[in-house]
Amino acid sequence: MEPTLKFFSGFAPNDLWFMGEAALRTLWISVLSISLGTVLGTLFGWMLYEGRRAATLTLAPVLDVFRSVPLIIQLVLFYNFAPIVGLNLDPFASGTVILTVYTAALVANVARGGIEAVGAPMRRAARSLGLSYWQDLRHVVLPIGGRAVFPSWVGVALGVMKDSALVSVLGYVELLKASQILITRTQEPFLILALAGAFYFALSYPVSRYATHLENRWAQ
Amino acid sequence: MFDYNFHWRPVMKSLPDLLEAASLTLQVAVLAMVLGIVLGLCLALARLHLKGPVYWFATAWVELARNTPALFQLFFFGFGLGAFGLHLSPYLIVLAGLTFNCAGYLAENFRGGFKAVPETQIRASRSLGMTPWQAYSRVVIPQVFRIVYHPITNQMVWAVLMSSLGMLVGFRELSGETQFFASRTFRIFEYFAVTAVIYYAIVKVILLSSRLMAARLFRY
Repeated sequence: MEPTLKFFSGFAPNDLWFMGEAALRTLWISVLSISLGTVLGTLFGWMLYEGRRAATLTLAPVLDVFRSVPLIIQLVLFYNFAPIVGLNLDPFASGTVILTVYTAALVANVARGGIEAVGAPMRRAARSLGLSYWQDLRHVVLPIGGRAVFPSWVGVALGVMKDSALVSVLGYVELLKASQILITRTQEPFLILALAGAFYFALSYPVSRYATHLENRWAQ
Repeated sequence: MFDYNFHWRPVMKSLPDLLEAASLTLQVAVLAMVLGIVLGLCLALARLHLKGPVYWFATAWVELARNTPALFQLFFFGFGLGAFGLHLSPYLIVLAGLTFNCAGYLAENFRGGFKAVPETQIRASRSLGMTPWQAYSRVVIPQVFRIVYHPITNQMVWAVLMSSLGMLVGFRELSGETQFFASRTFRIFEYFAVTAVIYYAIVKVILLSSRLMAARLFRY
Protein backbone atom coordinates (compact mmCIF):
# COMPACT_ATOMS: atom_id res chain seq x y z
CA MET A 1 0.00 0.00 0.00
CA GLU A 2 1.24 3.45 -0.87
CA PRO A 3 2.29 5.55 2.12
CA THR A 4 -0.58 7.86 2.85
CA LEU A 5 -0.28 11.46 3.82
CA LYS A 6 0.31 11.64 7.54
CA PHE A 7 -1.43 14.31 9.50
CA PHE A 8 0.85 14.11 12.50
CA SER A 9 4.61 13.89 12.32
CA GLY A 10 7.05 12.96 15.03
CA PHE A 11 9.32 15.23 17.00
CA ALA A 12 12.24 16.13 14.72
CA PRO A 13 15.60 17.77 15.55
CA ASN A 14 14.36 20.83 13.68
CA ASP A 15 11.74 21.31 16.33
CA LEU A 16 14.45 21.79 18.91
CA TRP A 17 15.50 24.91 16.99
CA PHE A 18 11.92 26.07 16.97
CA MET A 19 11.72 25.64 20.73
CA GLY A 20 15.11 27.24 21.26
CA GLU A 21 14.05 30.28 19.32
CA ALA A 22 10.85 30.48 21.33
CA ALA A 23 12.87 30.17 24.53
CA LEU A 24 14.95 33.15 23.41
CA ARG A 25 11.74 35.08 22.85
CA THR A 26 10.63 34.22 26.39
CA LEU A 27 13.99 35.47 27.65
CA TRP A 28 13.84 38.64 25.58
CA ILE A 29 10.37 39.73 26.65
CA SER A 30 11.19 38.87 30.29
CA VAL A 31 14.48 40.73 30.36
CA LEU A 32 12.96 43.75 28.64
CA SER A 33 9.92 44.04 30.89
CA ILE A 34 11.79 43.21 34.09
CA SER A 35 14.39 45.90 33.45
CA LEU A 36 11.89 48.55 32.40
CA GLY A 37 9.52 47.53 35.18
CA THR A 38 12.24 47.67 37.79
CA VAL A 39 13.24 51.21 36.83
CA LEU A 40 9.62 52.34 36.77
CA GLY A 41 8.80 50.43 39.95
CA THR A 42 11.72 51.93 41.84
CA LEU A 43 10.52 55.36 40.82
CA PHE A 44 6.99 54.49 42.01
CA GLY A 45 8.38 53.10 45.24
CA TRP A 46 10.25 56.31 45.89
CA MET A 47 7.10 58.30 45.12
CA LEU A 48 5.09 56.13 47.51
CA TYR A 49 7.69 56.75 50.20
CA GLU A 50 8.12 60.48 49.67
CA GLY A 51 4.63 61.35 48.48
CA ARG A 52 3.01 60.15 51.69
CA ARG A 53 -0.66 61.07 51.64
CA ALA A 54 -0.89 62.26 48.03
CA ALA A 55 0.72 59.11 46.66
CA THR A 56 -1.20 56.86 49.01
CA LEU A 57 -4.44 58.32 47.68
CA THR A 58 -3.56 58.34 43.97
CA LEU A 59 -0.70 56.06 42.98
CA ALA A 60 -1.20 53.24 45.47
CA PRO A 61 -4.77 52.31 44.43
CA VAL A 62 -3.77 52.32 40.75
CA LEU A 63 -0.84 49.99 41.39
CA ASP A 64 -3.10 47.89 43.55
CA VAL A 65 -5.38 47.21 40.57
CA PHE A 66 -2.52 45.58 38.68
CA ARG A 67 -1.93 43.28 41.62
CA SER A 68 -5.59 42.39 42.11
CA VAL A 69 -6.61 41.52 38.55
CA PRO A 70 -5.29 38.37 36.88
CA LEU A 71 -2.45 39.12 34.49
CA ILE A 72 -4.18 37.25 31.71
CA ILE A 73 -7.21 39.56 31.99
CA GLN A 74 -4.92 42.61 31.98
CA LEU A 75 -3.24 41.36 28.82
CA VAL A 76 -6.48 40.69 26.95
CA LEU A 77 -7.96 43.99 28.13
CA PHE A 78 -5.00 46.08 27.07
CA TYR A 79 -4.56 44.26 23.77
CA ASN A 80 -8.18 45.01 22.92
CA PHE A 81 -8.15 48.49 24.40
CA ALA A 82 -5.14 49.80 22.49
CA PRO A 83 -6.86 49.85 19.07
CA ILE A 84 -9.81 51.72 20.60
CA VAL A 85 -7.60 54.67 21.35
CA GLY A 86 -5.89 54.35 18.00
CA LEU A 87 -2.76 52.46 18.98
CA ASN A 88 -1.83 49.54 16.82
CA LEU A 89 0.30 47.33 18.99
CA ASP A 90 1.47 43.86 18.09
CA PRO A 91 1.28 41.11 20.70
CA PHE A 92 4.91 41.64 21.67
CA ALA A 93 4.47 45.35 22.33
CA SER A 94 1.22 44.88 24.25
CA GLY A 95 2.76 42.07 26.27
CA THR A 96 5.80 44.16 27.08
CA VAL A 97 3.71 47.13 28.17
CA ILE A 98 1.51 45.10 30.50
CA LEU A 99 4.36 43.00 31.89
CA THR A 100 6.33 46.19 32.52
CA VAL A 101 3.51 47.86 34.40
CA TYR A 102 2.80 44.63 36.27
CA THR A 103 6.46 44.37 37.29
CA ALA A 104 6.47 48.02 38.27
CA ALA A 105 3.42 47.52 40.49
CA LEU A 106 5.15 44.66 42.29
CA VAL A 107 8.57 46.34 42.45
CA ALA A 108 7.05 49.57 43.83
CA ASN A 109 6.22 47.83 47.09
CA VAL A 110 9.61 46.16 47.22
CA ALA A 111 11.37 49.46 46.60
CA ARG A 112 9.36 51.28 49.24
CA GLY A 113 10.21 48.51 51.68
CA GLY A 114 13.86 48.98 50.80
CA ILE A 115 13.80 52.69 51.49
CA GLU A 116 11.95 52.10 54.76
CA ALA A 117 14.55 49.50 55.74
CA VAL A 118 17.18 52.23 56.03
CA GLY A 119 16.81 53.76 59.45
CA ALA A 120 16.07 57.46 59.82
CA PRO A 121 19.14 58.03 62.07
CA MET A 122 21.39 56.66 59.33
CA ARG A 123 19.91 59.03 56.80
CA ARG A 124 20.12 61.98 59.15
CA ALA A 125 23.75 61.08 59.76
CA ALA A 126 24.36 61.03 56.02
CA ARG A 127 22.78 64.44 55.60
CA SER A 128 24.73 65.80 58.58
CA LEU A 129 27.93 64.66 56.90
CA GLY A 130 27.07 67.04 54.12
CA LEU A 131 25.62 64.64 51.58
CA SER A 132 22.86 66.11 49.44
CA TYR A 133 19.46 64.41 49.29
CA TRP A 134 20.37 62.62 46.07
CA GLN A 135 23.83 61.64 47.30
CA ASP A 136 22.15 60.18 50.37
CA LEU A 137 19.78 58.16 48.15
CA ARG A 138 22.55 57.02 45.84
CA HIS A 139 25.31 56.20 48.34
CA VAL A 140 23.42 55.28 51.50
CA VAL A 141 19.86 54.17 50.74
CA LEU A 142 20.62 52.27 47.54
CA PRO A 143 23.36 49.99 48.89
CA ILE A 144 21.72 49.30 52.25
CA GLY A 145 18.06 49.20 51.25
CA GLY A 146 18.86 47.44 48.00
CA ARG A 147 20.59 44.69 49.88
CA ALA A 148 17.66 44.31 52.26
CA VAL A 149 15.12 43.79 49.50
CA PHE A 150 17.29 42.11 46.89
CA PRO A 151 15.82 38.64 47.60
CA SER A 152 12.26 39.94 47.22
CA TRP A 153 13.23 41.62 43.99
CA VAL A 154 14.64 38.35 42.67
CA GLY A 155 11.35 36.71 43.62
CA VAL A 156 9.41 39.32 41.66
CA ALA A 157 11.72 39.04 38.64
CA LEU A 158 11.47 35.26 38.54
CA GLY A 159 7.70 35.51 38.95
CA VAL A 160 7.47 37.83 35.96
CA MET A 161 9.73 35.53 33.93
CA LYS A 162 7.33 32.68 34.63
CA ASP A 163 4.27 34.85 34.07
CA SER A 164 5.62 35.90 30.67
CA ALA A 165 4.18 32.55 29.52
CA LEU A 166 0.79 34.23 29.63
CA VAL A 167 1.65 36.54 26.74
CA SER A 168 0.90 33.48 24.61
CA VAL A 169 -2.81 34.33 24.88
CA LEU A 170 -2.16 37.28 22.60
CA GLY A 171 -0.50 35.01 20.07
CA TYR A 172 3.12 35.80 20.87
CA VAL A 173 5.00 32.57 20.25
CA GLU A 174 7.08 32.19 23.38
CA LEU A 175 8.24 28.90 24.82
CA LEU A 176 4.93 27.59 26.11
CA LYS A 177 3.02 28.61 22.99
CA ALA A 178 5.68 26.92 20.86
CA SER A 179 5.30 23.77 22.93
CA GLN A 180 1.57 23.88 22.42
CA ILE A 181 2.03 24.21 18.66
CA LEU A 182 4.44 21.29 18.62
CA ILE A 183 2.15 19.17 20.77
CA THR A 184 -0.68 19.73 18.34
CA ARG A 185 1.50 18.56 15.47
CA THR A 186 3.51 15.74 17.02
CA GLN A 187 1.05 14.45 19.61
CA GLU A 188 3.90 13.95 22.03
CA PRO A 189 2.83 16.13 24.91
CA PHE A 190 4.96 14.60 27.61
CA LEU A 191 8.34 14.96 25.92
CA ILE A 192 7.72 18.50 24.74
CA LEU A 193 6.27 19.76 28.00
CA ALA A 194 9.16 18.18 29.88
CA LEU A 195 11.59 20.09 27.65
CA ALA A 196 9.77 23.38 28.17
CA GLY A 197 9.50 22.82 31.90
CA ALA A 198 13.18 21.93 32.11
CA PHE A 199 14.06 25.24 30.45
CA TYR A 200 12.05 27.31 32.92
CA PHE A 201 13.39 25.27 35.81
CA ALA A 202 16.99 25.58 34.64
CA LEU A 203 16.55 29.33 34.47
CA SER A 204 14.66 29.89 37.69
CA TYR A 205 16.11 27.34 40.11
CA PRO A 206 19.79 28.44 40.09
CA VAL A 207 18.83 32.10 40.37
CA SER A 208 16.53 31.52 43.33
CA ARG A 209 19.15 29.32 45.01
CA TYR A 210 21.78 31.99 44.49
CA ALA A 211 19.47 34.65 45.93
CA THR A 212 18.86 32.51 49.03
CA HIS A 213 22.60 32.00 49.35
CA LEU A 214 23.24 35.74 49.17
CA GLU A 215 20.45 36.41 51.63
CA ASN A 216 21.97 34.01 54.14
CA ARG A 217 25.42 35.48 53.68
CA TRP A 218 24.22 39.04 54.10
CA ALA A 219 22.14 38.08 57.11
CA GLN A 220 25.28 37.16 59.05
CA MET B 1 -9.35 58.93 17.68
CA PHE B 2 -12.29 57.58 19.58
CA ASP B 3 -14.65 56.04 17.03
CA TYR B 4 -15.56 53.04 19.06
CA ASN B 5 -18.97 52.59 20.61
CA PHE B 6 -19.04 50.78 23.87
CA HIS B 7 -21.86 48.32 24.20
CA TRP B 8 -22.44 47.36 27.77
CA ARG B 9 -25.91 45.91 27.36
CA PRO B 10 -24.89 42.37 26.33
CA VAL B 11 -22.47 42.30 29.26
CA MET B 12 -25.16 43.38 31.68
CA LYS B 13 -27.48 40.75 30.29
CA SER B 14 -24.98 37.98 30.91
CA LEU B 15 -23.93 39.36 34.28
CA PRO B 16 -25.82 36.64 36.20
CA ASP B 17 -23.91 34.00 34.23
CA LEU B 18 -20.64 35.75 34.97
CA LEU B 19 -21.41 35.92 38.66
CA GLU B 20 -22.27 32.25 38.67
CA ALA B 21 -18.94 31.55 36.97
CA ALA B 22 -17.29 33.71 39.61
CA SER B 23 -18.68 31.44 42.30
CA LEU B 24 -17.14 28.51 40.42
CA THR B 25 -13.82 30.38 40.43
CA LEU B 26 -14.11 30.89 44.16
CA GLN B 27 -15.09 27.27 44.70
CA VAL B 28 -12.11 25.86 42.83
CA ALA B 29 -9.75 28.32 44.51
CA VAL B 30 -11.01 27.51 48.00
CA LEU B 31 -10.86 23.78 47.33
CA ALA B 32 -7.34 24.07 45.97
CA MET B 33 -6.32 26.08 49.02
CA VAL B 34 -7.76 23.56 51.48
CA LEU B 35 -6.01 20.70 49.71
CA GLY B 36 -2.92 22.85 49.29
CA ILE B 37 -2.73 23.62 53.01
CA VAL B 38 -3.02 19.94 53.96
CA LEU B 39 -0.49 18.83 51.35
CA GLY B 40 1.76 21.80 52.06
CA LEU B 41 1.86 20.88 55.75
CA CYS B 42 2.79 17.29 54.85
CA LEU B 43 5.49 18.50 52.45
CA ALA B 44 6.92 20.94 54.98
CA LEU B 45 7.04 18.33 57.74
CA ALA B 46 8.54 15.79 55.33
CA ARG B 47 11.28 18.22 54.38
CA LEU B 48 11.98 19.07 58.01
CA HIS B 49 11.90 15.67 59.67
CA LEU B 50 12.31 12.94 57.08
CA LYS B 51 15.19 11.65 55.01
CA GLY B 52 15.52 9.50 51.92
CA PRO B 53 12.99 9.16 49.11
CA VAL B 54 10.16 10.97 50.91
CA TYR B 55 12.40 13.98 51.51
CA TRP B 56 13.47 14.03 47.87
CA PHE B 57 9.93 13.63 46.64
CA ALA B 58 8.76 16.57 48.78
CA THR B 59 11.73 18.68 47.72
CA ALA B 60 11.17 17.92 44.03
CA TRP B 61 7.50 18.85 44.39
CA VAL B 62 8.26 22.14 46.12
CA GLU B 63 11.02 23.16 43.70
CA LEU B 64 9.02 22.21 40.61
CA ALA B 65 5.97 24.07 41.85
CA ARG B 66 7.99 27.18 42.61
CA ASN B 67 10.28 27.24 39.60
CA THR B 68 7.98 26.59 36.65
CA PRO B 69 5.11 28.74 35.37
CA ALA B 70 1.67 27.94 36.75
CA LEU B 71 0.43 27.71 33.18
CA PHE B 72 3.03 25.05 32.48
CA GLN B 73 1.77 23.07 35.47
CA LEU B 74 -1.77 23.36 34.20
CA PHE B 75 -0.73 22.22 30.73
CA PHE B 76 1.09 19.34 32.30
CA PHE B 77 -2.00 18.13 34.12
CA GLY B 78 -4.03 18.82 30.99
CA PHE B 79 -1.97 17.51 28.07
CA GLY B 80 1.04 15.92 29.74
CA LEU B 81 -0.94 13.31 31.58
CA GLY B 82 -2.79 12.62 28.35
CA ALA B 83 0.37 10.87 27.19
CA PHE B 84 -0.34 8.22 29.80
CA GLY B 85 -3.95 7.94 28.74
CA LEU B 86 -5.11 9.94 31.73
CA HIS B 87 -7.58 12.57 30.61
CA LEU B 88 -8.85 14.89 33.31
CA SER B 89 -11.86 17.13 32.97
CA PRO B 90 -11.10 20.86 32.77
CA TYR B 91 -12.31 21.26 36.34
CA LEU B 92 -9.91 18.62 37.58
CA ILE B 93 -7.05 20.03 35.53
CA VAL B 94 -7.43 23.43 37.16
CA LEU B 95 -7.96 21.95 40.61
CA ALA B 96 -4.93 19.66 40.31
CA GLY B 97 -2.74 22.41 38.87
CA LEU B 98 -3.72 24.95 41.52
CA THR B 99 -3.36 22.43 44.33
CA PHE B 100 0.08 21.39 43.12
CA ASN B 101 1.17 25.01 42.91
CA CYS B 102 -0.35 26.17 46.20
CA ALA B 103 1.02 23.18 48.11
CA GLY B 104 4.52 23.94 46.85
CA TYR B 105 4.43 27.61 47.82
CA LEU B 106 2.68 27.00 51.15
CA ALA B 107 5.14 24.23 52.07
CA GLU B 108 7.96 26.78 52.03
CA ASN B 109 5.94 29.18 54.19
CA PHE B 110 5.10 26.43 56.66
CA ARG B 111 8.70 25.31 56.78
CA GLY B 112 9.77 28.83 57.65
CA GLY B 113 7.04 28.96 60.30
CA PHE B 114 8.10 25.71 61.93
CA LYS B 115 11.73 26.78 61.88
CA ALA B 116 10.84 30.04 63.62
CA VAL B 117 9.59 28.20 66.73
CA PRO B 118 12.66 27.27 68.77
CA GLU B 119 13.02 23.59 69.57
CA THR B 120 13.63 24.41 73.22
CA GLN B 121 9.96 25.31 73.52
CA ILE B 122 8.98 21.75 72.67
CA ARG B 123 11.42 20.43 75.24
CA ALA B 124 10.12 22.90 77.82
CA SER B 125 6.50 21.92 77.25
CA ARG B 126 7.45 18.24 77.37
CA SER B 127 9.16 18.71 80.71
CA LEU B 128 6.04 20.50 81.98
CA GLY B 129 4.26 17.20 81.46
CA MET B 130 2.59 17.79 78.10
CA THR B 131 2.26 14.92 75.68
CA PRO B 132 3.94 15.43 72.28
CA TRP B 133 0.54 16.04 70.75
CA GLN B 134 -0.30 18.66 73.36
CA ALA B 135 3.07 20.33 72.89
CA TYR B 136 2.43 20.61 69.18
CA SER B 137 -1.21 21.62 69.28
CA ARG B 138 -0.96 24.09 72.19
CA VAL B 139 2.52 25.56 71.82
CA VAL B 140 3.92 25.11 68.32
CA ILE B 141 0.89 25.25 66.03
CA PRO B 142 -0.58 28.50 67.44
CA GLN B 143 2.72 30.27 66.87
CA VAL B 144 3.21 28.80 63.42
CA PHE B 145 -0.34 29.73 62.50
CA ARG B 146 0.30 33.33 63.42
CA ILE B 147 3.41 33.40 61.22
CA VAL B 148 1.82 31.77 58.20
CA TYR B 149 -1.53 33.56 58.45
CA HIS B 150 -0.63 36.38 56.07
CA PRO B 151 1.20 34.15 53.58
CA ILE B 152 -1.91 31.94 53.49
CA THR B 153 -4.06 34.99 52.76
CA ASN B 154 -1.72 36.02 49.96
CA GLN B 155 -1.75 32.52 48.56
CA MET B 156 -5.54 32.55 48.59
CA VAL B 157 -5.48 35.71 46.49
CA TRP B 158 -2.97 34.08 44.15
CA ALA B 159 -5.17 31.01 43.86
CA VAL B 160 -8.11 33.14 42.73
CA LEU B 161 -5.93 35.02 40.23
CA MET B 162 -4.31 31.81 38.98
CA SER B 163 -7.62 30.08 38.45
CA SER B 164 -8.08 32.50 35.53
CA LEU B 165 -5.66 30.28 33.62
CA GLY B 166 -8.55 27.82 33.43
CA MET B 167 -9.57 29.85 30.39
CA LEU B 168 -6.66 28.30 28.47
CA VAL B 169 -7.59 24.71 29.24
CA GLY B 170 -11.26 25.10 28.46
CA PHE B 171 -12.57 25.52 31.99
CA ARG B 172 -15.60 27.78 32.17
CA GLU B 173 -14.87 29.63 35.37
CA LEU B 174 -15.04 33.42 35.42
CA SER B 175 -12.37 33.97 32.76
CA GLY B 176 -13.42 31.03 30.62
CA GLU B 177 -17.03 32.15 30.71
CA THR B 178 -15.98 35.69 29.83
CA GLN B 179 -13.94 34.41 26.93
CA PHE B 180 -16.95 32.41 25.77
CA PHE B 181 -19.30 35.37 25.83
CA ALA B 182 -16.69 37.73 24.41
CA SER B 183 -16.06 35.58 21.37
CA ARG B 184 -19.77 35.16 20.83
CA THR B 185 -20.59 38.86 20.90
CA PHE B 186 -17.20 40.36 19.90
CA ARG B 187 -17.54 42.77 22.83
CA ILE B 188 -14.18 41.62 24.09
CA PHE B 189 -13.14 44.79 25.87
CA GLU B 190 -16.45 45.32 27.65
CA TYR B 191 -16.65 41.74 28.87
CA PHE B 192 -13.11 41.61 30.13
CA ALA B 193 -13.45 45.01 31.80
CA VAL B 194 -16.42 43.78 33.80
CA THR B 195 -14.58 40.58 34.64
CA ALA B 196 -11.60 42.58 35.85
CA VAL B 197 -13.93 44.48 38.18
CA ILE B 198 -15.37 41.21 39.51
CA TYR B 199 -11.88 39.82 40.17
CA TYR B 200 -10.89 43.02 41.90
CA ALA B 201 -13.97 42.83 44.11
CA ILE B 202 -13.29 39.17 44.98
CA VAL B 203 -9.70 39.94 45.93
CA LYS B 204 -10.73 42.93 48.05
CA VAL B 205 -13.37 40.88 49.87
CA ILE B 206 -10.82 38.15 50.60
CA LEU B 207 -8.29 40.66 51.94
CA LEU B 208 -10.88 42.50 54.01
CA SER B 209 -12.34 39.37 55.58
CA SER B 210 -8.85 38.10 56.28
CA ARG B 211 -8.04 41.32 58.07
CA LEU B 212 -11.24 41.18 60.10
CA MET B 213 -10.57 37.58 61.02
CA ALA B 214 -6.99 38.42 61.99
CA ALA B 215 -8.25 41.16 64.30
CA ARG B 216 -10.43 38.60 66.05
CA LEU B 217 -7.94 35.73 66.04
CA PHE B 218 -4.89 37.61 67.19
CA ARG B 219 -6.36 39.77 69.94
CA TYR B 220 -3.77 38.79 72.46
